[in-house]
Amino acid sequence: MKLDRVLQYSQAYNFFQWVFRKHAPEPGVVFLSQRRVYILPTRHGLTFGLAVILMLIGSINYNLSLGYVLTFLLAGLGIVSILHTFRNLAHLYVSAGRVAPVFAGDTAQFELVFENKSDFDRHSLDLACRGVRVSCDAPAHQHCSVALPVKAEKRGWLQLERVTVDTRFPLGLMRAWSYVQPDMRALVYPRPDLAPLPPEHSDADTGNAISAGAGTDDFAGLRPYHASDSPRHIAWKASARSEVLLTKLFAGRAASELWFDWDRLPAGMYAEARLSRLARWVMLAEERGLRYGLRLPGVEVPLGEGFAHRERCLKELALYRG
Amino acid sequence: MLIAGATLAVAPHTLWLPFWADFAATALLIWRAIVSIRAGALPRRWLLILLTFSGAIGVFFSYRTIMGRDPGVTLLVLLLFLKLLETRARRDIFVVAFLVYFVALANFFYSQSIPIAGLMLLTVLVTTTALVGFSAPLRPVVDDLKTAGRMLAQAGPVMLLLFFLFPRVQGPLWGMPQDAYSGVTGLSETMSPGSIRDLSLSDAIAFRVKFESDSPPRALLYWRGPVLSDFDGLAWRVGLPQLRRNMSIEAAGSPVDYEVTLEPHNRNWMFALEMPARIPPSARLTSEYLVISLTPIRSRIRYEMRSFPQFQAASGGNPEDLAMALRLPRGVNPRSLALASEWRESLADNSAIVRRAIEFFRGSRFEYTLQPPALGRNSVDEFLFDTKQGFCEHFASSFVFLMRAAGVPARVVTGYQGGDTNPVDGYMVVRQADAHAWAEVWLAGSGWTRVDPTAAAVPVRVELGITAAAPAGATLPLLMRTNLNWLKGLRNNWEALTNQWNQWVLGYNPDRQREMLSWLGVPQPSWQTMTVMLFWSVAGVLLLTALWLLRGIRREDTVQRAWLRFCDKLAREGLARARAEGPLDYADRVARVLPARENAVRAIASLYVDQRYGPGPDARSIARLTHLVREFAP
Repeated sequence: MKLDRVLQYSQAYNFFQWVFRKHAPEPGVVFLSQRRVYILPTRHGLTFGLAVILMLIGSINYNLSLGYVLTFLLAGLGIVSILHTFRNLAHLYVSAGRVAPVFAGDTAQFELVFENKSDFDRHSLDLACRGVRVSCDAPAHQHCSVALPVKAEKRGWLQLERVTVDTRFPLGLMRAWSYVQPDMRALVYPRPDLAPLPPEHSDADTGNAISAGAGTDDFAGLRPYHASDSPRHIAWKASARSEVLLTKLFAGRAASELWFDWDRLPAGMYAEARLSRLARWVMLAEERGLRYGLRLPGVEVPLGEGFAHRERCLKELALYRG
Repeated sequence: MLIAGATLAVAPHTLWLPFWADFAATALLIWRAIVSIRAGALPRRWLLILLTFSGAIGVFFSYRTIMGRDPGVTLLVLLLFLKLLETRARRDIFVVAFLVYFVALANFFYSQSIPIAGLMLLTVLVTTTALVGFSAPLRPVVDDLKTAGRMLAQAGPVMLLLFFLFPRVQGPLWGMPQDAYSGVTGLSETMSPGSIRDLSLSDAIAFRVKFESDSPPRALLYWRGPVLSDFDGLAWRVGLPQLRRNMSIEAAGSPVDYEVTLEPHNRNWMFALEMPARIPPSARLTSEYLVISLTPIRSRIRYEMRSFPQFQAASGGNPEDLAMALRLPRGVNPRSLALASEWRESLADNSAIVRRAIEFFRGSRFEYTLQPPALGRNSVDEFLFDTKQGFCEHFASSFVFLMRAAGVPARVVTGYQGGDTNPVDGYMVVRQADAHAWAEVWLAGSGWTRVDPTAAAVPVRVELGITAAAPAGATLPLLMRTNLNWLKGLRNNWEALTNQWNQWVLGYNPDRQREMLSWLGVPQPSWQTMTVMLFWSVAGVLLLTALWLLRGIRREDTVQRAWLRFCDKLAREGLARARAEGPLDYADRVARVLPARENAVRAIASLYVDQRYGPGPDARSIARLTHLVREFAP
């Protein structure tokens, strides 16, 4: 164990630790200490080195004193660029930002926040994860946030994988990089299919209980606006007169309470297909301003409406485990 | 930006590139500029390939080869501009930048002067700025320029260390291309009418001299060059110089020690004041008292010499040498031959003949001119008796002819006469315009004796220099004329600067490096010691640079640091703060345990909370907080 503590000052050791160990996400703010910033020349850097060597040979052969000066100046430039590139990345603070839920097949935008507490600007920080690259700058004493798009393929939680933060600033001859894995996950909803809303059921639950004011067909009156009401139902003219927002109420046969039930779907449907269908219905019902509830095996979301209700239903669908 | 860098790097090349290549480079540059300004499309690949091939063919037709230095440089310049027209990907940017560096280096083949060095520094700055710009595309160019400037400034110390400590190897590593040394001026193995006159029109510097003590008087400053003993009636040529070990002189008077910095002239001879007594170890002395180097002098060299301005040169008088010094072409210059035989018959010995000849030159009214009339087959006769207008080469040539005709062994010596001391740095500068020719006669008893017929006929040439000797209105180099004093002062300063540049930058060779290291206290540096020194000094400089660069990387929060220090102090007393404990709760708890310290603890906690979470930080409160924490002892 003691050896481990000594070895942790070695970059190579840390590097192999990173490569060969199954690493867990790091919660909180990740500090890019110098021990986890690695640096190697790029392909262009190697070419540059070769060019400098050629120039040195030329200078020796032709006894060009100024050739030596130019060669050594370029060599110095290359060496100094190591420091600059390293400095551009080391001692940054990386923390997890927000990530909005997405549907499977869409792209989740993981927001990462870089905080630069140093006195100098950081430029051209590139983030790469699963072949996607984005870039950002972090001026001195400022935060910068960057959204890393990651394709969401499966429903459920999408954990952010290891992100490579690298930079080639200023000359592009060197590449400094570091691996971070902030503890970040995105909720991925099942992908809705293309089915229409289910036909009316005349059973005990949805029935003919025509509840006044909750349908969509006939105007039934006004009531004060609730935060969950669809903006399309706001009575703008009436609201202008009464100085409070009013919501139009409709009465109609469709103004029913819809229960989306796992068990009522056709028996031959696969679980994922059922989830997709249910997700579709939740979306459609919310779009039309209906009241709806969701029943899954072991889970029930009571009747409701509005954005928060929809999110809750979708979350249950996303995290459903048969 | 990259286009600007490329233009700067190529600019000096336009002076020596073939005309068509200048034209093509300019056309390509304008094309590229138009593409940039109008955001137009770059030319198609097949067109570029076609252009590249035509460029290569053009080079081949200009130089009859595509190998070698000049064709290579021409090709490089064309390739650079063609590549500029093909900058599609990131890779191409780097290729162009590296090509710019190479072209910049190639400039030094032709000139290593201070202005060129400045221009190359600018080129590197601009190209580096371009590279910075490509790795941070959204920054303003001014910021890129600042970054590039800062990086170059930091690369400077590394460059200096490498320059002075990198183990130097004397090139060339392999055979140099034949065209590497074209276009150097200087004396040659032959002296035909007009050859020295051509040199006198050039104020290029032949060599510089640093005397250990005072310089000898101007009339003794004869810098010995090739000795010409073979005359065909028109031109003088060098004989067959032989290396002799037993050459000696008998010194009269005190020696002069000096150091010569010789400009490359692509010949073997090394100039020394007459007569050289101690020569540098790498040099040899010929039977004609000429110091020669074993290889042609193709780069500026520095050597130390000791000479005796007053001497008797008794060696080199072997019978075959003397026979050589008596040979004359047949059937030319009958009047001179008659005059010489008259002297021979009427005068007793050789030295009397020489004196008589000097009187002859002094008494006849010769005119010193840079535009002598053309002479025919009997050139000596025509000069001595008809035109009487000439230049040092006419005087020396006719004098030696007369001597040989009279039976006195004689030869022509070419070299330089005089030299101007630059008041700025004390170096004496000898220019091509100081080129001169004089005569030497063999006198039994005193050996080879210098006779300068020009000095006899036109004494002012030797006493005051060619400027005074040439008639007014002669086409001397502008700066050789005396009436432009401020211009001369300017030139003196510039040449002193150039000399320092030559001595320390351009002339920094393995010898100089050894000199400098022994001055630093490393007497016999091997390349291993040098490498070790280089490594550690570069590492040290880089460490300093790194510290400088990283100084602002960790902007510690003083408030936080003070608070943590406070917590540490308490933790050592067993009062560590719980993870989820707020500062004020913690202070409450500590105050209960340490009632004596309650005031301090509460003050620290409230200051910390104010400064950390309050609206704006306040320097005085922070100072008070750090003070309290420092004084705090649980």
